[in-house]
Amino acid sequence: MLIINDIINKLPYTDPFLFVDEINMVSDNAIEGRYTFKKDESFYKGHFKEQPVTPGVILTECCAQIGLVCLGIHLLNSEKVGTRDFQVALSSSDMHFLLPVFPLETVIVKANKLYFRFNKLKCEVKMYNQEAQLVCKGVLSGMIRNNSI
Amino acid sequence: MESDQHFGQLKDIVKMYLPDDVSVDAIEVDSNFVKELNINSANLVDIVLDVEDAFGIRLENEDMDKMQTVQDALIIIAQKLQVKK
Repeated sequence: MLIINDIINKLPYTDPFLFVDEINMVSDNAIEGRYTFKKDESFYKGHFKEQPVTPGVILTECCAQIGLVCLGIHLLNSEKVGTRDFQVALSSSDMHFLLPVFPLETVIVKANKLYFRFNKLKCEVKMYNQEAQLVCKGVLSGMIRNNSI
Repeated sequence: MESDQHFGQLKDIVKMYLPDDVSVDAIEVDSNFVKELNINSANLVDIVLDVEDAFGIRLENEDMDKMQTVQDALIIIAQKLQVKK
């Protein structure tokens, strides 16, 4: 449990762009985390006019923060390199969106590692709503590297 | 020659990751992947993974660090194939 909290503390994001509340499970091959969209997230004011719906790019970001960055921090830790000072960059996303996500909904992101080699992490991600319906799915990849190496 | 054949195979892999503004003809033996062919570090990893599959070899982190140009890649491929024999 301590390790899991440690991952969230190491995330390089903060309000209004932190989309991880909790990591439920993490292993060398998979991760599961959750986030509850707040009533007053900054983007709801404009997406859409008087009809707030979570933008697909934000759902993608939530999947990437959990599936790539949190899992990446765990993997760097297991390789016994420090994660005090690291850089992340999203390098590709291929996402499909099936259901809308409204304010105050809780989503669960499950990611499976396809590979982590030469600092590139590629994952298959799936996001579910609280009714366990699939909200979006896809394949994301990003570079995660430690600056001190 | 074997190295010409390797160059052809490598070129077929590299061309899939070229940005739109770089032509396939730009891939030469002394081309630098990042500086001349504008391949980003994420796509360079894809190239290495495809090279591993195509040649049945495995590259390590230090090989990746050395792989600046097409020539560097060809040398690494030849070395790995030699060890395999």
